[in-house]
Amino acid sequence: MDILTFLVDGLLIGFVYGIAAMGLTLIWGVMNVINLSHGPIIALGMFGIYFAATSLGVNPYVGVILVSFAGLLLGMLIYAIAIHRVINAPHLSTLLATFAVNMIIIGLGTTAFTTSAYNVDFSLGNISVGPVNTPTTRVVAALASVLVTGALYFFLYRTTLGKYVRAVTDNRAAAELMGIPSARILALSFGLGTMLAAIAGGLIATFFPFTILSGGAYELKSFVVGVMGGVGNPLGALIGGLILGTFEGVIPAFMPTSWVPVLEFILFVVILLVRPTGLLGAKK
Amino acid sequence: MSLKNLKNPGLWLTLVVVFILGVIPIINNKASAREETLTVLLSVILVSSLNILLGYTGYISFGHIVFYGMGGYVGLFLISVYGWSLWTAMVAGGLASGLLAFLLGSAILRLRGSYFALATIGINEAMRAFISNFEPFGGPTGISLNFQVYNQYGGAAQALWTIYYVVLALALGNILLSYVVKTSKFGLGLQAIREDEEAAEVMGVVTPSSKTWAYVLSAILPGMVGVLFFFKNGNIEPGPAFRLHLSIELLVMVMLGGYGTIAGPVLGAFGYQRLRGLLLTSDLFKNIQLTVAGVLLLVIILFIPSGAVGWIRHRFPVTRRYLP
Amino acid sequence: MILQVSGVSKRFGGLQALSDVSFNLEEGRIMGLIGPNGAGKTTLFNCINGVYKPEEGRVVFRGQDITGSKTYHVAKMGLARTHQIVRPLNDLTIRENVIVGACFGRENHSLGGAEKIAEEVLEFVRLHERANQLAGSLNVGQKKRLEMARALAARPYLLLLDEVLAGLNASEITQMIGIVRDIRERGTTIIMIEHVMQAVMNVSDDILVLDFGKQIAFGTPEQVANDPKVIEAYLGDPTLAAELSGKKSSA
Ligand SMILES: Nc1ncnc2c1ncn2[C@@H]1O[C@H](COP(=O)(O)OP(=O)(O)OP(=O)(O)O)[C@@H](O)[C@H]1O
Ligand SMILES: [Mg+2]
Repeated sequence: MDILTFLVDGLLIGFVYGIAAMGLTLIWGVMNVINLSHGPIIALGMFGIYFAATSLGVNPYVGVILVSFAGLLLGMLIYAIAIHRVINAPHLSTLLATFAVNMIIIGLGTTAFTTSAYNVDFSLGNISVGPVNTPTTRVVAALASVLVTGALYFFLYRTTLGKYVRAVTDNRAAAELMGIPSARILALSFGLGTMLAAIAGGLIATFFPFTILSGGAYELKSFVVGVMGGVGNPLGALIGGLILGTFEGVIPAFMPTSWVPVLEFILFVVILLVRPTGLLGAKK
Repeated sequence: MSLKNLKNPGLWLTLVVVFILGVIPIINNKASAREETLTVLLSVILVSSLNILLGYTGYISFGHIVFYGMGGYVGLFLISVYGWSLWTAMVAGGLASGLLAFLLGSAILRLRGSYFALATIGINEAMRAFISNFEPFGGPTGISLNFQVYNQYGGAAQALWTIYYVVLALALGNILLSYVVKTSKFGLGLQAIREDEEAAEVMGVVTPSSKTWAYVLSAILPGMVGVLFFFKNGNIEPGPAFRLHLSIELLVMVMLGGYGTIAGPVLGAFGYQRLRGLLLTSDLFKNIQLTVAGVLLLVIILFIPSGAVGWIRHRFPVTRRYLP
Repeated sequence: MILQVSGVSKRFGGLQALSDVSFNLEEGRIMGLIGPNGAGKTTLFNCINGVYKPEEGRVVFRGQDITGSKTYHVAKMGLARTHQIVRPLNDLTIRENVIVGACFGRENHSLGGAEKIAEEVLEFVRLHERANQLAGSLNVGQKKRLEMARALAARPYLLLLDEVLAGLNASEITQMIGIVRDIRERGTTIIMIEHVMQAVMNVSDDILVLDFGKQIAFGTPEQVANDPKVIEAYLGDPTLAAELSGKKSSA
């Protein structure tokens, strides 16, 4: 494989990183909660399409659609049970509440699925353009990610509910004064965040094997991408995802792959220090 | 800190309880009981040191375990490559962690709230990834000790007991240290930072250096016990040395017992490790111990956010004097 | 001259919060700082004690240039302040709050020494009976007195008071004015931001008036109250204008 293939592969998966990060920073931006159950929900998305394919016999992409609705409902449920009571408490409370959810999901998931690897048996062949040859599933995942981003923008900027979400993001107290039911909007926003996580998981599962613990790595990448793109900035998250994906694709050409996470996390900390609003600016 | 503060009954009660629990395995001379208590004592040290940063200063670290791993690596490196004795290596491990905390703290402690918490996650992961690539520390396979190193400590069995005594002493010392810090002028400054950092600055608390020193103080003991623990294990690898999950378990223990208090972290460490032990040995809960622990954590966060000791202090304000 | 402010300007994005503010303050005086809401009064305090760094101008305190110095350095040099929106250290007791002020302020006391000062200061602001209560449990009036106590415990040369009378009832106002006068008696210089006109006109030696970040008048209470520019600035606020002219007729 040459560098161009690496680059394209990285870029394509970067779109999916973008979707995952969008879910994380949407929640962060709207309610100032860092969702530490993000990773397990990505993993649930992966298992979701696996069981949709094996038990219901549906096409994995139909599975992604089913998974996205399940993710929405699950997120709203998590918000109602675990977050709402502590939404105004210090950061530590929401961090640990979402981490408790993480433990619960991982515990149940390990019991149900063990920690061994699963694989969705699915292929659309490869696409070749010039010297570049890449699995079609990755191209579809990238296109789906663009579609999801578009849908999110449509929701946020063209619908009443989306307007409410933005109003609550800007100033929750003022939104409440205007009669917006903030609790329900927060629940919905949390649901949207987990929906994006589940979709990302589902798309990744169309081309990578996974375990119940696989989400953790994508959660960390979501932090990196989210901070790069700026908290609460969906387009920033997508662009951040592309940057990270490209970065991951190109680095192995210059040094051993095992250095990628070192550079990734150093970059993450450096961005936090010098530009906490993100390279692309926070949406506030 | 004045001497009259050392007369606090809550401090002595905590020390005596830890001492008695620590001595029981010695009296019974039982290795299995010793190993169980050792786990608890290690947690006590990690949790009450974390409490200096989290409980007193109000900075949430997801990377406390970095200092444990760092100490372990430096210690085992010095022992295996330069033939240092365990005790000098232990001190060196503590100092190395303290130095690391100083450097990191000078950079990241200016971040507030969730941003600091995220940076500590980043550092934990960067550290693990870096050490996995760092050849002097053995890269991904880490450092293993030759079995012969235990000979100079009277053989492996005896070495385990010796390590246990030292850990018990360090645990007691750490409780005392966290009390001394809390009741000192320095500790008062830290608590002012926790309550309102800007107000503290306006009152003259030099926040950058206070925070950095709190971070350094919280890092030294984990570094020392890291050396002891991984020496006892005979090897150290990047995965176990920098496990993010362990850092978060420490936060859970602080929350369980009550943050910002002296007895809280101790109670939290005991409670959590006991519970984990019980769940792991019960047929019913063995498989879902993580879930049960998660539910428990959630219940605490939602309903008793100040932890057991914090709850008592709030509920019965008279106890504030006796429960430091 | 305890404080010299010359040509201080501060911008927030497009908003010129302060433009070219200059004044000198002599030791032992009380200066009133007045102006309509949003005039930049609190911002001026923030520029003086180092919360913000002004884009232009100098702040000299007791002969030392402190422009843009860290707030804690400024505090240690003997400049203390209270906050318009109170900032108690909620989970510490009232005594501990005041001890923080004494420990880290100008005199840099040990805990033991600070405790003595705390007792004294708490009695002075009449909070001594509540010393062991948590600061979070106080009402607004008491929290304002706590702010004052913390600032005093630092034994400052200069004290900046930001609307310590706001939200207090009539008897609390009288009590607080008494406290302010007593502080000055002890030799501390004071700048006080105040909307309660009657009070500030009565207690101040000098008055500085800000409007939209500009300094529109500086002088004795009489001079300022008769200044047409000041009256105009307050025309938007009929009650204040009335208070101002009330003061004028009685002067
Ligand atoms: N940190 C900030 N960022 C942006 N704008 C600010 C900031 N602080 C103050 N301002 C703006 O600067 C102007 C002056 O504010 P300031 O608080 O100094 O007014 P003030 O005279 O104290 O008013 P008040 O009597 O209401 O307390 C206001 O328009 C305010 O909105
Ligand atoms: Mg103001």
